[in-house]
Amino acid sequence: MTAATQSSRPIRRIAAALYRRRRLRLALLLALPVVWLVGVYGGSLASLLIQSFFSLDNFAGTIDRTPTLDTWRELFTPANRAVMGRTIGMASAVTVAAVVVALPLAYYIARYASTRVKGWMVLAVLLPLWSSYLVRVYAWKLILAAEGIVNWVLTRLGLGGVLEGILDLPVIGGPSLSVSYLGQFVVFLYIWLPFMILPIVTALERVPRSYLEASADLGAKPGTTFRKIVWPLSIPGVAAGSIFTFSLTLGDYIIPTVIGDSSPFIGLAIYSQQGVAGNLPAAAAFSFVPIAVMAIYLTLARRLGAFETI
Amino acid sequence: MRSRLIVWLAMMVLIAAACGGGATDGGEEGTALPTEIGESEGQVNIVAWAGYIEDGSTDPAYDWVTQFEADSGCQVNVKTAGTSDEMTALMTGSNEYDLVTASGDSSNRLIAGGTVQEINLDLIDGWDTVDPRLQDAPWHTVEGKHYGVPYDWGANVLAYNTEVFGDTPPTSWSVVFEEQILPDGESNAGRVQAYDGPIYIADAALFMGVEQPYALNQEQYDAALDLLRQQRDLVGRYWHDAFIQIDDFTNEGVAASSSWPFQVNILQGGGAPVASVVPDEGATGWADTTMMHTNAPNPNCAYKWLNHSITSGIQGDLAAWFGSVPAVPSACDGNELLGPDGCNINGLQNFDRVKFWQTPTEDCLGAGGTCVPYYKWVTDYLAVIGGR
Repeated sequence: MTAATQSSRPIRRIAAALYRRRRLRLALLLALPVVWLVGVYGGSLASLLIQSFFSLDNFAGTIDRTPTLDTWRELFTPANRAVMGRTIGMASAVTVAAVVVALPLAYYIARYASTRVKGWMVLAVLLPLWSSYLVRVYAWKLILAAEGIVNWVLTRLGLGGVLEGILDLPVIGGPSLSVSYLGQFVVFLYIWLPFMILPIVTALERVPRSYLEASADLGAKPGTTFRKIVWPLSIPGVAAGSIFTFSLTLGDYIIPTVIGDSSPFIGLAIYSQQGVAGNLPAAAAFSFVPIAVMAIYLTLARRLGAFETI
Repeated sequence: MRSRLIVWLAMMVLIAAACGGGATDGGEEGTALPTEIGESEGQVNIVAWAGYIEDGSTDPAYDWVTQFEADSGCQVNVKTAGTSDEMTALMTGSNEYDLVTASGDSSNRLIAGGTVQEINLDLIDGWDTVDPRLQDAPWHTVEGKHYGVPYDWGANVLAYNTEVFGDTPPTSWSVVFEEQILPDGESNAGRVQAYDGPIYIADAALFMGVEQPYALNQEQYDAALDLLRQQRDLVGRYWHDAFIQIDDFTNEGVAASSSWPFQVNILQGGGAPVASVVPDEGATGWADTTMMHTNAPNPNCAYKWLNHSITSGIQGDLAAWFGSVPAVPSACDGNELLGPDGCNINGLQNFDRVKFWQTPTEDCLGAGGTCVPYYKWVTDYLAVIGGR
């Protein structure tokens, strides 16, 4: 017995010392996350920011380390603005569509499904995440190809004309589904949908059934109940999910190279500036576009009260 | 407020670090060339294109490393790279690599940056067997100094669907550059592809008849961009991944595109109705050179590999594996893997019609005048693909 107390004595002494020094305790607890966030994460952001004030030496293609604003000026050329517009537009469209698709499904999972069915449904939502992202994107390329299964089925059903009509539309159309914005949109939506469904399920599960009953008792039609009770209470989940879908679409640079007409997205632009051109300053400056967009987006979300219940 | 101070401090430290970082890599100026190949260091580190250095692990028939390792006592370590720019970055960014198989659009950058060293040709036994047309090529020979040993070359061919073109193969790049009705009666819009790399601007210049498509003055450059902008409406997808292009020829109904013999070989091997030509305008192409790092840690093994790299066995095997043309013409004869016609299939006879990739520089590749430099090509080509 005495041996045991003896051996635990140093630990006790440390525990006692920590108990007395609150600040030290806090510092030790936070040390690792702070090193990570400030050092590794903040540090790389800071070095990006610094890089963006350098410029590329035209002759040797090396980086000129004299501070300059040229790189930032070149960031806002019409071509680059088009890249930003395209990416933000796609991210917004994907986010809105993800909400529309995810809400009913999440509502069913949270409200109606039995525990067993619920487990299976959550599993089904998560299942795609078990296989590689690349495999799924390449599979979609085949599915949407001109000689792919979607086209084949529609042609067999005599609906080939409908697809052609859709593909003839300006902007979203193209030679085939896999070479159009429409196809790209479908793939983005598929890939990021689970990240929208799960937060909404969580949010809806916290809506007390009694609220809905009370609403019905007071004579509200289902539509009114949805507008006044369910939707406002699901906003935290929608906000959390939209942050995922929006930021993930904003940063993705694989899907636009495999699906679509090769029009550059922000991620792709950064990648080619860095990897192809060796123009690190331009890539660094471009990296701040998604950061700025996300900052604005989060501020707006907070204004709308999205984080109050998280 | 204190947190803000910390951020500021962190930034100052980083600025100091970033500014100081450049000073460390001073060039070695003692340029005495080695006069003999000494004891092997036990290994050699090579930056190479995928498929360039095969040790039989992909396909046992293709192995030009194992025997070398046994004979020379140098273990071969390969770091593969996907683009010329990646190669350039790997070589400039460290001192751990001995050799690199650089294409012409990165070799001159490496030479200009002092990253690669001059080679003593007296130590390269098979130098006389190298294709004379490659021996003094400007992408590895600067001011009479040789900075590498040629490895292989190939052309960017025009691949086309034989079911679309029937008995009349295309004779001009216009089928991918200008809207027209193809022999199967339909327009080429949406059915052609272009290369997703800024160097493709040179293909447009070549089509327009510019003599030196890698040294474009502003006027020629603008004209090439205009051509590429209207090509945007015809192109469904720009390709940079060989396997995506193979898939597009198979499943997407692509009628014609610039391509590599590599894809054409694979497509034909799979029975796809695809063939290729070098059109009347000629073609762009790549010629790769094995170059040695200025601070190569294993110079003796590096020289041994340079010697080995132009022996006829490895040259023939490489050509068969990669669909390229050997730098040593004698390798075309009697190689089992390549077959008697291998070199002709891969385009040996096209040499004079190929404009080999070079990095565009502001001084027009040293020819004088003012040209549009490569970094501009990157930004502008990105804009073209984006529809601007």
